[in-house]
Amino acid sequence: MVVERAAPVTDVLAGTGLSVEEYTEIQRRLGRAPHRAELAMFGVMWSEHCAYKHSKAVLRRLPVSGPRVLQGPGENAGAVLVADGWAAVFKMESHNHPSAIAPFHGAATGVGGIIRDILAMGARPIALLDSLRFGPPEDAQVIPLEHGVVAGIAAYGNSIGVPTVGGEIMYAPCYRANPLVNVACLGIVRADRLATARAAGPGNAIIYLGARTGRDGIHGASFASTELVGDPEDRSAVQMGDPFTGKLLIEASLEALASGAIVAIQDMGAAGLTCGLCEMSARGGVGMDVDLAQVPRREAGMSAEEVLLSESQERMLLVVREGREDEVLRIGRRWGLQAVVIGRVTAAPLLVVREGEGAVVSLDPRALVEAPIYTPPAREPEYLAAVRRVDPLTFPIAPPQPALLALLAAPNIADKRWVYRQYDHMVQTNTVVPPGSDATVLRLKEAVPCGLALTVDGNGRHCYLDPLIGGALAVLEAGQNIACAGATPVAVTDCLNFASPERPEVFWTFRETVEGIAQACGALGVPVVGGNVSFYNESNDAVFPTPVIAMLGVLNDVRCHATAGWRSSGDVVVLLGGGGPQLDGSEYLIALHGVAAGRLRMPDLASTAALIRCVAEAVAQQLVSSVHDCAAGGIAVALAECCIIGARGASVALSPAQGQRSDVLLFGEGVGRILASLPALNLSALLQLARRFAVPVQVLGSVGGDRLVIGADGAGVHGPWIDAAVHDLARVWRREAAA
Amino acid sequence: MDIGIVVFPGSNCDADTLHAVRDVMGMRAQFVWHEERELTGLDAVILPGGFAYGDYLRAGAIAATSPVVRALGGYVDGGGLVLGICNGFQVLLEAGLLPGAMRRNASGQFRCEFVSVRAERVDTPFTCALAAGQVLRLPIAHAEGNYYADAAMRAALAADRQIAFRYCDPSGGVVPGANPNGSTDAIAGLANPSGSVVGLMPHPERASEGLVGGEDGRLVFESLARWIGARHHAGRAPTATGVEVR
Repeated sequence: MVVERAAPVTDVLAGTGLSVEEYTEIQRRLGRAPHRAELAMFGVMWSEHCAYKHSKAVLRRLPVSGPRVLQGPGENAGAVLVADGWAAVFKMESHNHPSAIAPFHGAATGVGGIIRDILAMGARPIALLDSLRFGPPEDAQVIPLEHGVVAGIAAYGNSIGVPTVGGEIMYAPCYRANPLVNVACLGIVRADRLATARAAGPGNAIIYLGARTGRDGIHGASFASTELVGDPEDRSAVQMGDPFTGKLLIEASLEALASGAIVAIQDMGAAGLTCGLCEMSARGGVGMDVDLAQVPRREAGMSAEEVLLSESQERMLLVVREGREDEVLRIGRRWGLQAVVIGRVTAAPLLVVREGEGAVVSLDPRALVEAPIYTPPAREPEYLAAVRRVDPLTFPIAPPQPALLALLAAPNIADKRWVYRQYDHMVQTNTVVPPGSDATVLRLKEAVPCGLALTVDGNGRHCYLDPLIGGALAVLEAGQNIACAGATPVAVTDCLNFASPERPEVFWTFRETVEGIAQACGALGVPVVGGNVSFYNESNDAVFPTPVIAMLGVLNDVRCHATAGWRSSGDVVVLLGGGGPQLDGSEYLIALHGVAAGRLRMPDLASTAALIRCVAEAVAQQLVSSVHDCAAGGIAVALAECCIIGARGASVALSPAQGQRSDVLLFGEGVGRILASLPALNLSALLQLARRFAVPVQVLGSVGGDRLVIGADGAGVHGPWIDAAVHDLARVWRREAAA
Repeated sequence: MDIGIVVFPGSNCDADTLHAVRDVMGMRAQFVWHEERELTGLDAVILPGGFAYGDYLRAGAIAATSPVVRALGGYVDGGGLVLGICNGFQVLLEAGLLPGAMRRNASGQFRCEFVSVRAERVDTPFTCALAAGQVLRLPIAHAEGNYYADAAMRAALAADRQIAFRYCDPSGGVVPGANPNGSTDAIAGLANPSGSVVGLMPHPERASEGLVGGEDGRLVFESLARWIGARHHAGRAPTATGVEVR
């Protein structure tokens, strides 16, 4: 051991991100002062990004078990049984801070990173989804960010041959300098071949596989654990992606796993080699003896800390059965990758890292992995009372037709084809329902005729107004989207984006949001099998509390799915569900009145859950031609989208409740309402099904013609509220110039 | 009948092409590793889509120097049939097996969407099941599909009937709005003069099943099956031309 001279604690801690209290705790655990490399490792492993130290206690509130769950939180990704003998593995992660500094590379490495988490479960990645948040799209600061992020996702995803099959983008001023880039990945693996990151078997080899280690991304995890301050030095904390090597790593890892020689596997992402070594050994209750000199490097002169902390991309760490090392090394080299034995598993729980002769690290890996858990003070923010005092019904009623056109053109609602046409969403030839519908549908070649449905949802504005209700709404909206595709929701992975948890108001909104997610997941019977928390999303302004819910659904027969657009003229249009729509927190209030305010109402969880089951069943039984839920912009926008996507008109009559304003009826929002079209012949069967689930059904009108006409039921006094050519609605929604 | 599907390290449509050719069309097919130099015995070789060696340089530039692509020249001279799809087409251009070059799409962006293409030449092993002028709906997925040929080359392409497919509108009209990438003369696919080598930017393997992407792409593989079947039936030594299959 190298003996180091004592220095003042504050000097020792500079740049590690550790507090004096944490340093004292480290000394207590080790029974001595940590060495330099050890301290650096504690710095990254005890960062918020790696340790979840402010979120862990709250996350225990989430339901994590269920009959389909094969792997809950704790490994690199969650896994659920989706078909006979097949597991779906999925996970979502944020890459917000890197994308704010270097949008192209930040987003690209976000894709690369999440793919390796799926790979670490032994699964072949088969789909990517992105949930993005930006400032106003016409803002000069936002344009390069948005275009860079989209180009980065395209560059990485397209190259590695994993389709980007869905996603969502929302805009609000609070994301101007701190965009959110959340990437979800889905993989598929035989259930009995799920891999683990649990090191085992003293004498087994530790093999480094992938790209060389360079100086990029050092302290990336720590960087992600503080507020953005605009320091140009931060750019060195952003990693560079190499999708070609990422593709090689996918193929080599899967081939190595198929050989049966792999005991455990983990990616070297955040906190790099440090994280891989200590997490794998701590999980397995074993130790490791590693020689840093064996680690392939991109440049000479790197210090032990730099090698241990580097977040160079496209690297995996494998534990390989003793005696089968050559087999695995050959696979790696055949794919043109670095493949080197860097150490051995040892029986005692001691992580020893040597550099040549001397040990630079020697400690119990559990000391690194089990970071302190904090429950910081929480306090309801004062702004809530003010925004909830605003009553949308005091605003004037906007003329309906111009309001509809304004909403269709609003960035949050308008067509996103300009984004997803830049993503290869068809490679692997499983994409049954491409991006642009409520949920994406994939077939499973391995388990015909089973299919999967995927969606990502989360409305930060709702959580800003009421985190508890907003959290629940995100889950329910995702559930409705899954049902609209004809699938049964089976699992959630989430990405929770918040500002600094050290501020009591932020921590309160975090706790409330998680509570809302937990209640809604409980009502739907859907476990949360994994997730990611991203704190410190603030740069001057805090972002809206923004949970993003990625939900997975299963279709027993993928041929029986549905999409949003009308299919046949003459079909009956019905509204399933009920619940009063409200303008509070709506897109209408933002687009027409520029206000994010109001008091949200908690939806009835049980009846929304029943609606979701009913709709999934109606699609699976092929009773309906099309299905679309009423989300942003209310029923009027939903009807317009059905017309535009289906290239057909419709004529419907809505029944206002006693005293209900036309804008509330047309543009009010709230989960629990799903539109469907169906042949008149099937109406009685649908009504019967709906009765079974106690779901109300209203017949609104019929599909046909080339205009959307929305009037009031029974009344003929004022003429219709909306009477527009579908062609014109489409032009506005697609933001095309007038012909 | 034996189809070889080349696997470069960065190929990402190799498995999709195998699935379409073998599992959907029922033809015999196998992967061929990029370091392979021996192609005899294969009825046809398909270069699939992807990013062969990363394509950080021009798409296909490095692949053109790979062992398997170097072997293609002799294979074609011996009567072998070669289809390049998307990145495979780019490789064929870089290797000089087809004339011209690819530039970045006029939009400057990757494009993944369905397009219509019109069959211009229907006497090749990869188009013989099509009618002249037949319109197919196929997906594209590329950033470098903006085909370029200068005036002299365009004249030669016309003289040798080398244009296999053109981008068109759904009714078959070759109009500016239907060209997704700015390609010269709306060229979506090319053949060598004998027709034994064909490159096309759209992905027929992504349009081989009704559930995902439609069935128009099957016609390309059906053409190949017919052609090879007729050749075997005729009991001749493999040759790319002179077999009447229609």
